[in-house]
Amino acid sequence: MEGKKIPTRDGFGKAIVELGRENKNIYVVDIDIGKSCKTGEFAKELPGQHVNVGIAEQNGAGVAAGLATTGKIPFVVTYAVFGSLRMSEQVRQEICYPNLNVKIACSHGGVTPANDGASHQCIEDMGVYRTIPNMTVIMPADYYATKALVKEAAKTYGPMYLRFTRDAIPVIYDENQKFEIGKAIQLSQGRDVAIIANGDTVHLALKARDVLEGRGISARVLDMHTIKPLDVEAVLGCVRDIGRIITVEDHNIFNGLGSAVCEVAAEAGNARVKRVGIQDQFGMSAPYERLLEINGITVENIVALAQGEW
Amino acid sequence: MKNISVEELKERARELRKTALTMIYEAQSGHPGGAFSAAEMVTALYYREMNIDPKNPKWPDRDRFILSKGHACPIQYAALGRLGYFPEEALHTLRKEGSILQGHPDMKKCPGIDISTGSLGQGLSCGVGMALAAKRDGKDYRVFVLVGDGELDEGQIWEAVMAANAWKLDNLTIVIDNNNLQLDGTCDQVIPHLDLTKKMEAFGYETYEIDGNDMEQVVSALDKIRESSTGKPKCINARTVKGKGVSYMENQLGWHGMAPNKEQYEIAMNELERGF
Repeated sequence: MEGKKIPTRDGFGKAIVELGRENKNIYVVDIDIGKSCKTGEFAKELPGQHVNVGIAEQNGAGVAAGLATTGKIPFVVTYAVFGSLRMSEQVRQEICYPNLNVKIACSHGGVTPANDGASHQCIEDMGVYRTIPNMTVIMPADYYATKALVKEAAKTYGPMYLRFTRDAIPVIYDENQKFEIGKAIQLSQGRDVAIIANGDTVHLALKARDVLEGRGISARVLDMHTIKPLDVEAVLGCVRDIGRIITVEDHNIFNGLGSAVCEVAAEAGNARVKRVGIQDQFGMSAPYERLLEINGITVENIVALAQGEW
Repeated sequence: MKNISVEELKERARELRKTALTMIYEAQSGHPGGAFSAAEMVTALYYREMNIDPKNPKWPDRDRFILSKGHACPIQYAALGRLGYFPEEALHTLRKEGSILQGHPDMKKCPGIDISTGSLGQGLSCGVGMALAAKRDGKDYRVFVLVGDGELDEGQIWEAVMAANAWKLDNLTIVIDNNNLQLDGTCDQVIPHLDLTKKMEAFGYETYEIDGNDMEQVVSALDKIRESSTGKPKCINARTVKGKGVSYMENQLGWHGMAPNKEQYEIAMNELERGF
C-alpha cells in the first residue's frame, strides 16, 4: 500500500454519494465549492437531495438546521476555514444548541491547501468545535478511514464536524478496516513511547515508529480520529503502560488533539506529553511537506522527541 | 385557517399582551417593546392563519412559525400557553431556573417552538430550510418567519432572502416587524433600511405593506397571501409601534429590554384593558 496517495476529500465524495443512494434523507448543502469538495457526483446523480446556497456559509448552516428539523440528515460541505470560523456561531446556535442532526463536512483541513496560502489553510477549526457542547469532531487518517467514518457519521445522530485533506496523503488502511466514532485505533502495541496522531499525520507517526524500531525503541501508535469525544481510555492506557506521549496533528498546538490528550494526562498524572503541531503561526503558499517541516511536523522531529529527554 | 372574527382576534391580542407583560413583570426581566409591536401578527398567525395542532406540536405537516427576533418570545409563549401547547401554570416561570420558557426560545424545552432562536439574523435561514424541505417532500405546509427590522442589519438575512427567491419558496412568508427601533437608536439613525417594500420586491418577493398593529390589515394581508398563485416568496412589511398598547412604552427606546415595576405594571395592565 505504501506509495499510494489520495486526498481524503475524494473519500468523502465517494461515501456521500453511496449514502445518498441508500437514504433519501441524506442531503448535501453546498456552499458553492462543491466541485472542489467532491460533491459533484452527488449533485448530478441526486439533485433532489442537493442544494447550493451560493457563497453564503451562514445561511448554509441555517438552511441545514431547518432541513434537519424535518428529518433530513444534511451535510454542509465547504472548506474547513469557512465551515468552522465563518459559520461557527450559526452552528452553535442553530445546530449544536438544539442538538440537530447536521454534519459539517470540510475539505482543506490544516495546511493541506498548501498552495492557496494562509487564508485557505485552517489550523483553528477542531479547537473551535471542540469547545461547543453536543459537537463531535473527527479527522480521518486516509481515504478508507474517511469513507468509513463518513458512513458512521451518517448513521450516528448529532452535530458533527468532519475534516478532510485537500492534498493527497498516503493510504494506510484498506477497505475492511472498521471504525467507531470516539474509539481510537491502535496501530501498534509499543512499550517505550506512545505516539497519538490524527488525520494526515498518522502516516508520519507510523514512519517514526518504524525508524524508532530500528533503533530499539518500541512505539505505540494510536490513530485518534475522533478528538471529541476523546477516547479517554486509550489515552489512559498510554499513561498507565508507557507514561511518555507524543501527539502529532496538522492543527494549531492549542486546543486540538495535543491539548485534549494533555487534559487527560494531566488529570491522570504520571505522564509527560510532547506536542507536535502547527506552532501557533499562520501559514503561507508553499509545498505541503514544506509547511509541515517549518512547524516540525516531520518523522525526524517525532523520532528526535521520542529519543530526547523525558 | 380557522374561522375567527377580527374583533375576536383583537380581544386575543389584548389578552396575549397582558399575559406577556405579566410574565415579564413576574420575571423582572424580558423584552416588552418588541413583544408588543408583534402582538397582532403573532395573534393572527396562531389563532387564525396557521394549520397547527397544539396537542401535537411535532405534527410533521403543521405550518411552522419562527420568531427570528427571539427576544420577543413572551408574546409567543403567551399564545402557546393559551392555546394549550403546555400547562398555563408554566406562564409564570419565564426566565426561571428549570423553566421551559427560556429567555430566548428553546425548541428542546418548549413545545411549539419550531427552532431555537435568540441570536439575531439566523431564524430566517432555518425557515428557508424548512420551506425547502416542504417543497422537496411535496408537502403543502407553510413557513412564517417573523423578523425584526433591526435584525435586517445582519448580512445573513439577505443571504436567506436571496435563497428563498432562488428556490421559488412561495410557501415562505417573511413578516417584518418594522418598528424602526433597535437597541441603540432608531433604525434610521443606526443603519437605515430605506424602503423595505421596494427592496423586497427587487429581491423577487410578493410584498404587502400594512399597519402591523391593525388587525384588519394583518388578516387581510394573510388572506391574500393564502390565495396567491404568483409562485413567489411573500413578505409583509408591517409598520408597527414598539411597545404598542402602553402609553409610556410606545416608541420608547428604553423599553426594549426592561421590566416594569409594580406601579408601572398596574398602569400598563389598566391601559391594555381599557385603552388610553
